Amino acid sequence: MAALTEEQTLIKDQAISWASAEAPVSKFRAMRNEGNEGGFAEPTWSAMVEMGWTGILVPEEYGGSDLGYLTFGLVLEELGKQLAASPLFASAYVGATALLLAGTDTQKLSHLPRIVDGSEIVTLAVDEGPRHAPARTALEAKSQGDKHVLTGSKTLVLEGMSATHFIVVARSAGKAGEAQGLSLFIVPADAAGLSRRPMKTMDSRGYAELSFDGVEVSDADLMGPVGQAGEVLDEILDRARAGIGAEMLGVGSQAFAMTLDYLKTRKQFGAVIGSFQALGHRAAELFAAMELARSCGEAALQEIDAQSNSVAKACSLSKAKVGDFLHTMSNQLIQIHGGIGMTDEFDAGLYLKRARVLETLYGNQSYHRDRYARLLGF
Amino acid sequence: MTAASDLDGFRSEVSEWVQSNFPSALKSFDLGADSPSEKGVSGEFRAWRQALADNGWGTPTWPKEYGGAGLSDPEAKVIRQEIAKVGAFNPIPPMTGMGVTMVGPTILEYGTDEQKAKHLPGIASGEVRWCLGLSEPNAGSDLAALSTKAVDNGDAFILNGQKIWTSGAHISQWCGAVVRTDPKAKKRDGISFVMLPMDQKGVETRLIKLISGASPFCETFFNDARADKSDLLGDLNDGWSVVKRLLQHERQSQTSAPAAVKIDQEPLQEQAKRYVGTLEDGTLADPDLRLRIVENLMDAEAHQLTVSRITAEAKGQVKVSAAASVLKNSMTRVAQTKAELTLEMMGNQGIGWEGEQFSEEELRSVRDWLMGKAMSIYGGSAEIQNNIISKNILGLPETTQQG
Repeated sequence: MAALTEEQTLIKDQAISWASAEAPVSKFRAMRNEGNEGGFAEPTWSAMVEMGWTGILVPEEYGGSDLGYLTFGLVLEELGKQLAASPLFASAYVGATALLLAGTDTQKLSHLPRIVDGSEIVTLAVDEGPRHAPARTALEAKSQGDKHVLTGSKTLVLEGMSATHFIVVARSAGKAGEAQGLSLFIVPADAAGLSRRPMKTMDSRGYAELSFDGVEVSDADLMGPVGQAGEVLDEILDRARAGIGAEMLGVGSQAFAMTLDYLKTRKQFGAVIGSFQALGHRAAELFAAMELARSCGEAALQEIDAQSNSVAKACSLSKAKVGDFLHTMSNQLIQIHGGIGMTDEFDAGLYLKRARVLETLYGNQSYHRDRYARLLGF
Repeated sequence: MTAASDLDGFRSEVSEWVQSNFPSALKSFDLGADSPSEKGVSGEFRAWRQALADNGWGTPTWPKEYGGAGLSDPEAKVIRQEIAKVGAFNPIPPMTGMGVTMVGPTILEYGTDEQKAKHLPGIASGEVRWCLGLSEPNAGSDLAALSTKAVDNGDAFILNGQKIWTSGAHISQWCGAVVRTDPKAKKRDGISFVMLPMDQKGVETRLIKLISGASPFCETFFNDARADKSDLLGDLNDGWSVVKRLLQHERQSQTSAPAAVKIDQEPLQEQAKRYVGTLEDGTLADPDLRLRIVENLMDAEAHQLTVSRITAEAKGQVKVSAAASVLKNSMTRVAQTKAELTLEMMGNQGIGWEGEQFSEEELRSVRDWLMGKAMSIYGGSAEIQNNIISKNILGLPETTQQG
């Protein structure tokens, strides 16, 4: 764990005790069993708003506490351990980040306080195809005077069914595949011509597919200059990646803790299975991978807070290394638990399914290895 | 911890001193490749070593009375950084063999005042080289199975037996050896740690030639060798706790790239571009190799970040900890993989042994690759480190393993 300030320690402790008492994985399981389409339980979400977590990134002038990304990451990690489901990440982390980095003063004033008080859920709509590839955005934004007409579709939009607003990545110029020509618009969910359908994913969280059929927006809904959002989108996505990295650390470290506990209690051949060297070494390798991944995950958040010029590299490193660890760890969680790990009644499967979704969000490991190499110029 | 402003003042003081004292003639000296020995070094080299030693900066955290400078870890770091910044180096650790990294810290912890006064100043000045007699032909990973005997004859211990993998034994003045002093006790209970001079009739060394062609290690034979009783480190038959500590210091010293590695080394990806070429989009022409290189670079970065994180968590006080096993294994993996990738990218030029068809860089890469195979064996093999992690960090029960 990074060296924390007193305030960060307080929030982390608060997150640990709240998540284990009020949002344990059994709550998530109950929500899943109900077939809840939104993918989260309302009381869980309002408790988070109450505790002020929705304002961690937001400056005080907009009603937040401005405590930074590492602090938010600490909360995301603890929530990840319990698989606690809510729009916190999509709206108060990614949505707020997009507004802070790209929004006009009017947009910030109109949306940030409502993100903080939970009355709005603002989420980013970026992916369109099976792979995360922001440059391949095809959703068209045709300019007509001071209007822009949006046509196209989005997929895997986080909390898409409960969102009140979407921040939409659209193409104002150029062809799909070109980094130039992208714009960001903030679009209310009830805009004419915009329809959404829930996507049922293996992690039982809320996602939507969006369809834009000539949705009219105005210049006032444009975030930043038209056709020039490529760079700021990268910055927004990098922060999102670091946030996912924090949650992945939580999911992975919980999976490790469950596995270690099993190694110390399960008996076969008259001995606890952790006394077998093959398994002791596997645990050691997993522990080492976890420690290295933690360093990458925390460093990314710290680089963002420090506004360093290597944020992009640090965030790709985090997404790739924490992703690799979580991938292996979630598989070993099942393998070491054996038959019990295959049953729906046991929690291992919930962690495995969440792991794969987190890995794919905002670019999987191979996406970020390639990006890291490009950032290093080869 | 020292206040940041004090540290800044100290930094400019050090920087100024290094710049005016480091002889420019030594700029091209490569501490790693030129492995300095007492006989081979120049007058400038000796003068530079002496200047550092006079300040106690060869071993800055050691107490002043024993040749150190009594500085804090952050201050020592400043010295390291300022020395590196101008292309200088600290010759004292490599000139002492195992002295600075392992023997010294262990004497500081377990030694009597007399032992500290007798042994530490010679290490701190870089003039006395130490080797360690630990492994034996039949006691490698299972070190506690050692059989070299030491018998008390009144004023000295008389040693008989054979040690192996004693680095630099042929050029060392002193040896720290683990020996069996009570053959009847349980394996780990009858062991003691003694220190003895190498220049005596009962000690003989023989070089071992390695697959790399180099001979950095020896076999060392004790035939009625003498260790003064005042040179027993720690209590009689309590040598196992001394050696455990010693090995922790060893792991600690193996958790980061050796100080001798030149910091201006060409990055792996640039070297790869030179040998492999690039495609139109600027990516490496061999996409499979490219991905394996990027993984290695990421692993190297993850390792560095972990070293920094552990240091930050310890609030600047570098402590020897169980995490050293994690770091030793990750450092090893990064370095060994990097060496393999280097050979692979060089292709036909990466298999040379000697001769002018191969560049110095290429020949060096082959030898380094072979030497690097030792990293996962010495200082407790990768498997022994995993035993330590599973038992001491994770609290898994012990079976046949005796880490």
